[in-house]
Amino acid sequence: MTTPYWRVVAALAWKDLRAEIRGREMVTSMMLFAAISVMIFSFALELDDAAQQESVGGILWVTIAYAGTLGLGRSLAAEKDKGSLDALLAAPVARSALFYGKMIGNLIFTVAVGFLMVFLCTVLFNVNLFVPTLWLVILLGCLGFATTGTLVASMSVHARAREMLLPILLLPVLLPVIISATRASIAIVTELKVEDWLPWIQLLGFVDFVFLLMAFFLFDYIVEE
Amino acid sequence: MTTYHPNRTRLLNMMTYISMGLVFLSSLMVFAYARPEALQGNAQKIFYIHLGTFFGSFVLFSVAVVGGIQFLRTRNNKWDILGLATIEVGLGFALVNIVTGSIWARPIWNTWWTWDPRLLTVTIMWLTYAAYMMLRSGIEDPERRRRFAAVYSILAFSSVILTVVIIRIRPDTIHPVAGGPSVTSPDASGDFNMSPRVVQTLMFSIFTYIVVSITVAWHRIRLENRAQYIQSRKVELLLNA
Repeated sequence: MTTPYWRVVAALAWKDLRAEIRGREMVTSMMLFAAISVMIFSFALELDDAAQQESVGGILWVTIAYAGTLGLGRSLAAEKDKGSLDALLAAPVARSALFYGKMIGNLIFTVAVGFLMVFLCTVLFNVNLFVPTLWLVILLGCLGFATTGTLVASMSVHARAREMLLPILLLPVLLPVIISATRASIAIVTELKVEDWLPWIQLLGFVDFVFLLMAFFLFDYIVEE
Repeated sequence: MTTYHPNRTRLLNMMTYISMGLVFLSSLMVFAYARPEALQGNAQKIFYIHLGTFFGSFVLFSVAVVGGIQFLRTRNNKWDILGLATIEVGLGFALVNIVTGSIWARPIWNTWWTWDPRLLTVTIMWLTYAAYMMLRSGIEDPERRRRFAAVYSILAFSSVILTVVIIRIRPDTIHPVAGGPSVTSPDASGDFNMSPRVVQTLMFSIFTYIVVSITVAWHRIRLENRAQYIQSRKVELLLNA
């Protein structure tokens, strides 16, 4: 009897979540990093009120991308260094299920950082980010990030200078996600009309779908050994 | 040592000479046949090379995707060499594209560089393929290197697609749409009142640089074959010593 696909995914995501609840090393450092970079942005840019509203979308996504990259490297490196990646690959389950399991784990951590940012930016920049449509953008953007990120990180983890290679490999590929998420966020925060941000959300959803599909086919080739 | 069929070598030699002839002819057309554009004057002439090299790199990066997919399917080393050669040469062509664009922008936009969406995506495209080279040099196990390189070359193509479609989804670009050399209006409305001579020269340049890019990539493939042969001979000699 084989384990159903969704249970493999859920078990793996739950494992990452439980390890995180017990150890709290990844999310803590990601959140601290996010908080520090918001501080640096606010000092470096010295924004006035109007500029704050316009640049908060950019700050949001730059921070999510950098903090997320930090977490991704850790998530895959831990799996490889402890040898648990080999054990997972030896299990008689679909490889893509392993991918989606890891991806959902990373997604949860990135979304956690995203919502911390919503809170921080609202307080520090005096811009109201408690907007449900913006939360949808954050969810979709983090989904695209976690998908591409898990795929690329599972390659870079085998490289010599993996901490350096991951951002170099990941950020350019991630650009379609970052551009559309940033444009949508800025349009929502500056309270533009629906026609101004809806196309960006549609584009973001489309890009997510393409990356999810690509990951489904490509992950098998990355982990085969 | 890889031996090639003499006909193939003959074809490659022929393409090399044809490339040289085409570059000479297209330069003649650019400087003697096509008249200077009314508003931009002689600065516009760089467009022929600018657009030609972009098409060259576009063709090469597209071939690299095919190489990547074929490598994952067949695991034949030659597809990996194809991917490496096309991406390396494509990087060169894309660099010429970016630099010529920058030279053109100095007199026309009055700046070497501006953060226009088109300029941003083409730079990101270049950086993505530069990252491909980094990935290759970062992974020691040759079998794994080929596999990851193939996967990444497929992923990297998203940046090429983005570069091509960005002027359609970002209306605020000042980059001329469709490469029309006579489009100088800052809103890039894309009117096509190019004279027939300009169109002919443009088409001929694009054709020229596509042929040149394929020829150079072919030479690069042969170079890589030779380099890998020398590498394997070295290992052999060391083992026998």
